Amino acid sequence: MKHTQTKKRYLINFLALIVVFAVITLMGQLGGGTMKLKIAPSIWQCSYLIIMAASLNLVLGYLGQLSLGHCGFMAVGAYAAALISLAFQRAGFYTDKAGPAFLLVLLISIIVAGIAAALLGLLVGIPALRLKGDYLAIITLGFGMIIVNVINNLPFCGQQGLSQGSASSALYANGLGFSNDQKMQYLWLAALVVILCMTVMFMFVRSKYGRAIRAIRDNEIAAAASGINVSYYKVLTFTISAFFAGITGALYACCNAALATSSFAFTNGSILNSVFIVVMVVVGGMGSLTGSVIAAVVLFLLNYTIKNGAWVTALPSLLQNVFTYPMLVYSIALIIVIMFRPKGIMGSREFALCDIPRWPGWIRGYFTSRAANKAAKKEAKVHE
Amino acid sequence: MSEERMPILETMHLGISFGGLHAVQDFNLKLYPGELVGLIGPNGAGKTTVFNLLTGVYEPTEGTVVLDGVPLNGKKTYQFVEAGIARTFQNIRLFHDMTVIENVKVACTKDIRYNLVDSIFRTKKYWQAEQEATDHAMELLEICGLADKADVVSANLPYGQQRKLEIARALATNMKVLLLDEPAAGMNPTETAELLEVINTIRDRFGVAILLIEHDMSLVMNVCERIQVIDYGQTIACGLPDEIANNPRVIAAYLGE
Repeated sequence: MKHTQTKKRYLINFLALIVVFAVITLMGQLGGGTMKLKIAPSIWQCSYLIIMAASLNLVLGYLGQLSLGHCGFMAVGAYAAALISLAFQRAGFYTDKAGPAFLLVLLISIIVAGIAAALLGLLVGIPALRLKGDYLAIITLGFGMIIVNVINNLPFCGQQGLSQGSASSALYANGLGFSNDQKMQYLWLAALVVILCMTVMFMFVRSKYGRAIRAIRDNEIAAAASGINVSYYKVLTFTISAFFAGITGALYACCNAALATSSFAFTNGSILNSVFIVVMVVVGGMGSLTGSVIAAVVLFLLNYTIKNGAWVTALPSLLQNVFTYPMLVYSIALIIVIMFRPKGIMGSREFALCDIPRWPGWIRGYFTSRAANKAAKKEAKVHE
Repeated sequence: MSEERMPILETMHLGISFGGLHAVQDFNLKLYPGELVGLIGPNGAGKTTVFNLLTGVYEPTEGTVVLDGVPLNGKKTYQFVEAGIARTFQNIRLFHDMTVIENVKVACTKDIRYNLVDSIFRTKKYWQAEQEATDHAMELLEICGLADKADVVSANLPYGQQRKLEIARALATNMKVLLLDEPAAGMNPTETAELLEVINTIRDRFGVAILLIEHDMSLVMNVCERIQVIDYGQTIACGLPDEIANNPRVIAAYLGE
């Protein structure tokens, strides 16, 4: 029946994920200069960007609510994870960052980070989700700013406390902050966390919960008239989304030597910015988790090549000047995507290994329908 | 009409005011199981407002709605649905990006008994519940003549079938009372005839009470056992179709004096 087909697809995807996990783990073991200095840090960065984009997609793409404060939850997760690791260190639970004790602390801090962000998400979501559209965007934007200021003013996690400089409580020396060697050593962890988070989100979306929240996105009144408890599902989705954002915070704390709230702030011009995460979701396709993965990686690579690519220096100086403002380049990229793929790279489709044999047919269908549209337009012009 | 039967849906002095405007006043209705009652009235008479009161979209400023002996005051829309009142909309409100069968399965959500953990680990309970929901949805689509369109995105359906899908979705809530808000609006005679068949099938198979708002008088006079007429929020007539057709107040409300 239909479900045996679905189960077969799950099995194939499961095997593919094992292969991906094995390859990344192996990459971490093999080592090498470029691997250590460039690829491993990139994989770590991608890992949190992917989960970030996908978790925002739950709220933006599936639930249809615009939230502009997603990095606030990430900040909460990052600080929760960092503080927990430092607390364990002070208690003498671990001394070196290689043993099993540290691994246990890592796992605990990742989970606690998620739970802390989820609790905050629940707290913010209950009042905020009564609002819709622009108003929700404004209130979540405000929340993102508030959280940064609150963290800044807490004595135990102020800007000084967790940065590299101060000796006793430095994150890099004693807590989560990884050196490049450790990024290699724990590369498997990044892959594992991404795979687990994406799987859970996918299972959530492909269940009665996913159906209910998509129904709310399409028509809230009809969803309520179909027996959906709209506010419950909204808050639930928002909380789950915040949970995963918290986990990304823990990953962020792992791969950065210092934590500063400015990196989660709205005014931050780098790749970690709530609006930039929104751009990722839109480029990938609202309502497509695999689209978010693709968009996160693509935009990360774009960001990376703009900053580090040798080809930029080969451009004429006028163009080079443009590239010194990366945000300008992203907005141009966004405009191009919106012009040619208004629904994002993937639309609301998912990438599936089992669909690859059907691709040639789809591509042919795309071009024939485009040609038909063009012909129809021409004919309409002739009639005018 | 036998008097010993309990009405499934009863409203008592139901009314709502928006500021100084009394949109609906002193609305009394008794709906018995298996009955098909028509609610008619000129444009702006307050018919859809009555539906919104009966489904918890608006909270009445006076009076109560009693379903199966249970008053539903202060409940939210989804709780009205859980209690057993389902509706369709005058302006079609489908989940337009979802397929036909998904539209129906959304309405099954409240009866699907698995939790978040089941869905994440894909337990046996999940597969069983999903299979049951799919089977149930297919059954309802068959009744509404949409079984072959199950995997079509609902926005791509022709107009008449979108109306039928709304009815199928309402049926999936396992309701005791079905409220149909102008189901035949914009339909051609063939589609109206098909719709009539669907409504009759629903009444025969599920034994539910149906309250119908409709402007197509031939449809109303044909299928309804009783008709209630409202104008300016007040009930002006109530009775058998023949009585209504000859009632001077009804004629005056529709045509002017």
